[in-house]
Parts: sequence; structure tokens; C-alpha cells
Amino acid sequence: MTALVDPGSITVPDLGPLSRRNYLNAGYSVRSWLLTTDHKRIALLYLMSITFFFMLGGAAATLLRLDLMTPQADLVQTETFNKLFTAHGVIMVFFFLIPSIPAVLGNFLVPLMVGARDLAFPRLNLLSWYVYMIGGLFTLYALLAGGVDTGWTFYAPYSSTYSNTYVMATAVGIFITGFSSILTGLNFIVTIHKMRAPGLTWFRLPLFIWSIYATSIIMVLGTPVLAITLLLVGLERMLGIGIFDPRLGGDPILFQHLFWFYSHPAVYIMILPSMGVVSEIIPCYCRKRPFGYAFIGFSSFAIAVFSFLVWGHHLFVSGQSIYAGMVFSMLSYMVAIPSAVKVFNWTASLHKGSISFDTPMLYALGFVGLFTMGGLTGLFVAALAVDVHVHDTYFIVSHFHYIMVGGAVMGYLGGIHFWWPKMTGRLYPEGWARLSAILIFVGFNLTFFPQYILGYLGMPRRYHVYPPEFQVLNVMSSAGASILGLGYFFPLTYLIWSLYYGKRASSNPWRATGLEWQTPSPPPTENFVQTPVVLDEAYDYKRMDGQLAEGGAA
Amino acid sequence: MSGETQAPALSPLAHQFDDLTQQNEADDLGMWLFLCTELMFFGGMFLAYTIYRTRDEATFAAASAKLELLWGTVNTVVLLTSSLTMALAVHAAEVRQRRKLIMLLLGTMVLGTAFLSIKFMEYYHKYVHELMPLAGLPFKWDGTSPGHAEMFFDLYFAMTGIHALHMIIGLGIMLVLLVKATRGGLLGDFSGPVRVTGLYWHFVDMVWVFLFPLLYLIGAR
Amino acid sequence: MSHKRSAVVIYVTVYVILLLLLALTVEAARHDLGYWNFAVSLLIATVKAVVIALFFMHVWNSTRLVKLVVATSLLWMVILFTLSLADYWTRDWDSIVGGSQDVTPLDSTH
Repeated sequence: MTALVDPGSITVPDLGPLSRRNYLNAGYSVRSWLLTTDHKRIALLYLMSITFFFMLGGAAATLLRLDLMTPQADLVQTETFNKLFTAHGVIMVFFFLIPSIPAVLGNFLVPLMVGARDLAFPRLNLLSWYVYMIGGLFTLYALLAGGVDTGWTFYAPYSSTYSNTYVMATAVGIFITGFSSILTGLNFIVTIHKMRAPGLTWFRLPLFIWSIYATSIIMVLGTPVLAITLLLVGLERMLGIGIFDPRLGGDPILFQHLFWFYSHPAVYIMILPSMGVVSEIIPCYCRKRPFGYAFIGFSSFAIAVFSFLVWGHHLFVSGQSIYAGMVFSMLSYMVAIPSAVKVFNWTASLHKGSISFDTPMLYALGFVGLFTMGGLTGLFVAALAVDVHVHDTYFIVSHFHYIMVGGAVMGYLGGIHFWWPKMTGRLYPEGWARLSAILIFVGFNLTFFPQYILGYLGMPRRYHVYPPEFQVLNVMSSAGASILGLGYFFPLTYLIWSLYYGKRASSNPWRATGLEWQTPSPPPTENFVQTPVVLDEAYDYKRMDGQLAEGGAA
Repeated sequence: MSGETQAPALSPLAHQFDDLTQQNEADDLGMWLFLCTELMFFGGMFLAYTIYRTRDEATFAAASAKLELLWGTVNTVVLLTSSLTMALAVHAAEVRQRRKLIMLLLGTMVLGTAFLSIKFMEYYHKYVHELMPLAGLPFKWDGTSPGHAEMFFDLYFAMTGIHALHMIIGLGIMLVLLVKATRGGLLGDFSGPVRVTGLYWHFVDMVWVFLFPLLYLIGAR
Repeated sequence: MSHKRSAVVIYVTVYVILLLLLALTVEAARHDLGYWNFAVSLLIATVKAVVIALFFMHVWNSTRLVKLVVATSLLWMVILFTLSLADYWTRDWDSIVGGSQDVTPLDSTH
């Protein structure tokens, strides 16, 4: 955590960023950005891309929630409605959530946190972004040309045989983007194994690194199975290779097995990095070590491994054998355990901490609460008997949105805020940021809590029309969605504002531990003037605060 | 250091690495992780194959009997030989034997091309005998369970086709290596790309080592 | 010098072993061993793959990490197969329409 020199004795000269060379002003041309191999610039390229896709996916959601304010199908045609929820799912899952933290925060922070000059394969990293963009372009084309109506889950035989929408283009787009995921994960694993600074043993690594590593394992082992699944759907559509065709003795459920073999671990790709962010934020704003560091670290691995053992819980009512259903149900209960370990440890970390409610901490605390609710409802649906009733209802929709939005997105926003000064050299306006966090929290709950009730009462998901007695809850949900949407616009606005008018940030404005805070904000291109040597354990806040009390530098 | 004295600006070491050992280990680990993904990629198809074969072994065996065992075997020999030449090429690069490297790379490419040629000839024969149920082409099956027989051929074309695609990509990479080798590159400390390509090529060979018995040797022939 | 020679010797030896195993597997396929045909061909293929991995791909001399990566990939294949077959081998789907009873091949308008 400390550099070779004792931070108590040296001050990091805080020259204004303009007078100091950093990764942002090292070249202003478009070429220097589009052909960069600097992991920090690539992180920002990803930031812009995923923000774009987030707004696109959000637009689709807006139309959906507007239409669902009334029981009739009145805003859009049913076919369009189907295309909208498919677009929302495809964009949010593949082009926003899966890249979000790994590609933005992971790319930016992994080399910094391990004390390296860059990732193991910088050019591969750039290729990763281009691959992501090309895949995105294919999918955008499919959307604009007329859309897909299969749902983001592309179930056969509808997707492979009967749908006459742009399945191929979308499948190709996702297939290509999958490589982006694989290359990023590969890069992270090699970097974390081979490029740690001297003295940085595994148990001195930040918990964010543990999470990213576990996420990368899932990316590398799971994504290829999605690739082959989409390829087989494409081959069936294009060449009549009927792997899922019952007329040849094929099984449409095999599609579901292969699809969910990836897509279940994928949801852990989406949540693990957020958990890592929370594990960084909570110690900083409690000014103490996280409780049970090793348990939190190992639980990340446990989640990564267990996540591959539970996919059949998406097939409980699809025609899977009862025996397999029971096996997957039991395994699904087990996968909750490491997540629970994290929640318990975060909570215990708060105990006797010196807690401050800065914006990142608001997001982190919101995460813990909302993720817990989403996770617990996961246990409800892991029970076969319950799932028979709530499968494909709004109960499921709410369950995963609590985790994906209440969990992953809030973790993402918390991380963006926490590391914003490091990435940009600027501070965001704290007042507006806290207001936004609260607005998002309120809007989120108003949007999705009614959906638990709707699902429990029996409203199916992906339905354009619904019985009139469900309208009140739907209106509540849509009202919440408008607040949530507004809440998301605030950070977009003030973060951009802060780039021009925000207060300049020092190298360590939050007085946090971690190598990334030992270098100026924004960092120079090569990250560290001299490769740091790590002498202390992780999260040594006692020492950090002790030194600061004695008048040392942050 | 690198031992290169005639081109001082050229270093085998990329800027993000501290020493050559770190770089080589990183490169190897990176390629192995990629091969992991390839294993899972093919794994999906092997799963489909396993499920459908165990359901109707008899029809699969009858369909497999229609494949040309002789050419399948020849192809296996060709591919195994190309693995040998590739391994020897990597070795030649490491001990700085430029001519051997070029000849062995070329040899690997020739053998790879021969494999693909034989494969496409087999495909053509299937087309002629109406055993290619792709893109609406007629499929003629006189035995029982024509649907399952068609499934066998679907799997055959999908699995060998994707395998062939991987070989084509491998040959493309080798072409790039060949050009670099003729210009004096890829020797000694610079041999990383050859070693890493070798890993890829051997993996493609391993996939065929499984495809051959699973597709050509079902039941007694 | 001897290092150079021994590496080449190893490669050629492995190659000869691979060819012998190939001959063995083709020969075994010519005899009707019932269900053992499958096991034998799979076993021989596995031995070939192991030999290629250990010597052509240098896993024998690799770091523990590489060996761990290889072992993990194999384990993941086992997971994919085991849990999927836990469904397929406990499900009676021959009685479902579209099973092994008369299935007509696809027509050309598909």
C-alpha cells in the first residue's frame, strides 16, 4: 500500500494538471485516442460507449413503462413491444452491464492497483474495444432495420426457425462482442498473475482485484459457450443445421442449457465487480479494514465457481427432468452462501467504524440493502415449488432488476464517483451527487418493488396487455421509472460539468489506501514514475489516519 | 540482455514488462487462457453430439459408416505430421535456425492446406451422394430414422466445418509468421509469436484427434 | 547441443507414438466390441491428446499455473457435461413426438 518512500515524509507535489504531463494531455489528436494502447484511455473510450448504450437501453425501457401505464396495448403495436423488451434486454445485458465495471473501472484501475505500467496485452486491450464497437454496430443495425422480438434469451425454436425478425444480425453482434469480454478477462488474469509489484502478495491485493479476477474467470470460461450457442442458432437459420430441431430428434431445451450455461454466470459477471467496488468504498468511508478480508476474497472465487453449477434453475418449467431440477435447486441455494458471506462481512465492517455518508458510501450502502433483497428473492425462486408459480412473471423481473440495477448499477455509479477524481483530476459537486444518489434509490424502489407484488399476483412478464386490476401497481412502477430516469440524468450532467468547472483533485482526496491513490490525479501515462514496492498489508487505515494526524501527506 | 547488437532500437521486450521471462510467461498464459475458451467453444458442440448419439447409437453408427474412413485416416496422419513440423519449427526459432524455421513453417502450411483440400473433397463427395443436408439441399437416407441420420450429418458438417475454420485462421497466422521469418525475425528472444502459434495449432490438432473417432469410428466398420 | 538434440528426439518419438495410436484406434474400430468400441476410441483419443499437450505443447515443462489452467478447463468441460446429462439421462424423451419414430427429413422450403 505504501511506496518505497514513507508517505509521511514526502509530499506529492500538487501542480495543476495543466502544467503537468498526464495521460489526458499526452496527445490531443483523434488518432492518439483511437489508436491508444494506454489502458486508462481505453477505459474512457469504453465509458463513452457504454454510456451511449445505457441511454439507448433506457430509452427502450421508457417506452415500455409508458405503454404499461395502461392495461391496453395503446402506445406501440404488440410486435414493437416485443422488439422493445428484446432491445432493452440485449443492450443492457451485453452492451452495458457486462462491460461496465470491468471495461471501465477494471481497465483503468487494474494496472494501477497492482503497480504495473499497463495491462499485460495493451494492444489486445484496444482490439477488445474495437471488437465491442463492431458488435455494437451490428446490433444497432439490427435494431434500426427492424429489431428482434425473441427476447434477449433467443429461445429456440422461435429464434432458430420461426422468427422473421433480425435474429442473425443481433446474434452476430453479440457473438462478436463476446470476444471483447473474453479478451478483457484474459488480459486481467494474466496481468494479475504476472505483473504485480514487488511485495504485493495475493493477500495484500485490493478486494476489487479479487473480484475482477473472479469475474475474468467467468468471462473466459463462460462466454465461449454463448458464442457456440449463437453460432448454432445462426447455422440453423442460415444453413438448416438443425441442432435444436425436433424434427431431427433435436431438443430445443438444449438451446436453453447451452444459453444459460453462459448466461447464468454472466449475471455474476455483472454483479461481482460491483461487489468489488463496494469492498473498496466501505473500508474507506469507515476508516477501517474490511471485516474478514480473506473471506471476502475467497467468496469471490466461490461465487465464480458456483455460478457455473446452477444454470438449470432457468429451466425448471421448461421440460427439464425433475431430477435435474432438484439438483439445480439445491446448487442454487448453495450459490447464495458466498454472496451472503460478503453481505455479512460488509455489515460487520461498519461496526465501530468512523462512518461518513459521502456519495460513494451512499451508493455502497444502497447496494448492500438492495442486493440483499434481490438475492433473497433469488432464494425464493430457487425453490422449485415457488418458481412454478412465479417463473416468467414480474416477480422474476423485479428479482433480477434489484440485483442488476439496485446492485450492479449502483455499484457502478459508486465506483465512478469514488474514482472520478483519480480518472479526471476533478471533484464532482458533492451536494448534487448525494441528491442524485437518493433520487436514484427512491426511484428505483418505487419502480421495482411494485413489480414483486405484480408478479406474485400473477402478472406475466413480456406481456403487452394486462388485466385492469394490475394498473395501479403498474402506474406506480412507471412513476418510479421516471424518477429513476431523472436520477440518472443528474450524474451525467454534473460529472461532465465537473470536467470543466470542478475543483481540482489531489492525488488522494478520500485518503484511501491502495496503490492507485499513490500516483497523481490524473495519473501520468506510465502510471508510476518508479515501480512501487509494497511493504504494508491492505487497507491499513489505522496507519493512514495515524500518519495524517501526525501531519504526513495523503 | 537480448543479445541483439546489430539493431539497437529493436528490443524483444514490450514496454509493460520488466524482463523477458515475465513476457514469455505472460504470452504463454495468455494463449493457454485463449485455448481454454476454445475448449469451451467446441465443448458445446461435443455436448450436443454426446446427447444425440447416446440416444440413437445405431443410426449414428450407420451414418458414420457413410464417411470415408480412408480419407479421414489420411487426414489425421497429415494433421499429426503438421503438429510435428510445427513443434520443430518452434524449436528452430528458439535456437535461431532461420532456414529450418522457414522450411518447417512452410511444411506445416502445406500439410494444413492438404488437410483442408482432402476435407473439402470429402464434403464434395457428400454433396454428390446427397448426404449434405445444408441450405435446403436434398438428403437421401434409405435406412431407419432419417431425421437422426440427418442430425448426424448436421453435427458432422458443423463440427468439422468450424474446425476447418480454425485451421484456416491458423494458416493465416502462419503466413504472417512466414513473412516475418523470411525477413530475419522471430529468432531467439523474438520467437514468442512462433511458440504461441504452435500452442494454437496443437490445440486445433487435439480437437481433430477427438473428432476423428467420434465421427468416423462409431460402431464397427 | 544435447538440449537441441533431445528436444527433437522427443518430438519425433511422440509423433511415432501418435501414429501407432492412430493405427490402433482404426484397427480397434474394425472389430465389433459392442459398447467397448466407444470407450476404446475415446481412451485412445485421450491418450493422444494428453501426449500432444504434455510434449508438443510443453505442459510437462510448464509452470504450475499453466497446469492449473489446463486442469481447470477440463474440469469445466466435466461440469458442462455432467450437469447437462443429469437432465438428458433422467428424462424420457423417446416417447415425445419427433423422437426416433418415423421422422421425415426436412423439405427444401425450410
